[in-house]
Amino acid sequence: MISQQEYQKMVQKSSPKSTTFKNCVKAFVVGGAICVLGQSLYAMYEHFGAQKDLAGSLVAITLIFIAIALTGFGVFDNIVNFAGAGASVPITGFANAVAAPAIEFKKEGFILGVGAKMFIIAGPVIVYGTISSMIVGAIYYFVQK
Amino acid sequence: MQYLWAFLVGGAICVIGQLLIDKTKLTSARILVFFVVAGVILGGVGVYQHLVDFAGAGASVPITGFGNLLAKGVKEEIDRAGVIGILTGGLKATAAGIMAAVVLSFAAALIFQPKSK
Repeated sequence: MISQQEYQKMVQKSSPKSTTFKNCVKAFVVGGAICVLGQSLYAMYEHFGAQKDLAGSLVAITLIFIAIALTGFGVFDNIVNFAGAGASVPITGFANAVAAPAIEFKKEGFILGVGAKMFIIAGPVIVYGTISSMIVGAIYYFVQK
Repeated sequence: MQYLWAFLVGGAICVIGQLLIDKTKLTSARILVFFVVAGVILGGVGVYQHLVDFAGAGASVPITGFGNLLAKGVKEEIDRAGVIGILTGGLKATAAGIMAAVVLSFAAALIFQPKSK
């Protein structure tokens, strides 16, 4: 028999690790599944004659549409609670990060609520993404010359 | 086969994100920024495109793929239009995704009511 204290120690020792492992498995499976869905959509759009770039854009738009609809119906939060980064790292997470505050802050009005809060997470992503792309572009330009 | 690679690579990228969440306590905004900038850098040096060619949506659907698209767009626009491409290329390439997210989120804000807490 083990005492309650010993048992608590054992739980403390093993639980953070195992929850991380479980979280990673869930993130892996759900994240992978979202990418497989993206791949199927890509095949479908290509089948209907879309060129490479167009098919890619259509896949992104479709996944964004699905994620925002699920956000509106309040389902996306449940998926994130379950899958963590599996749902938030794909483009679906970006879409959710725009839609969720847009809906949530509707009560603060359409200008400073919806219009402003929409970019509370997407803003930094776009700011740092575009600035780093400019740096990459500047280096590329001068290396080419 | 393409589907298997999409699953494995896409899943693996999400696991990196999950490890960052669990081990570093970074907020999701910081993680998204980190992933996008990582995608831009990997795209800038030309590594990420190989991953996209190999794993398809497994590399393009995660937000790192958005970063790669920013870098790719800038390079293509510089090739096409010259120096102005540094300024215009990134947003041009990612416009569809950003506009879709903005306009659909606006529509969602019109349609749906916030959850009362």
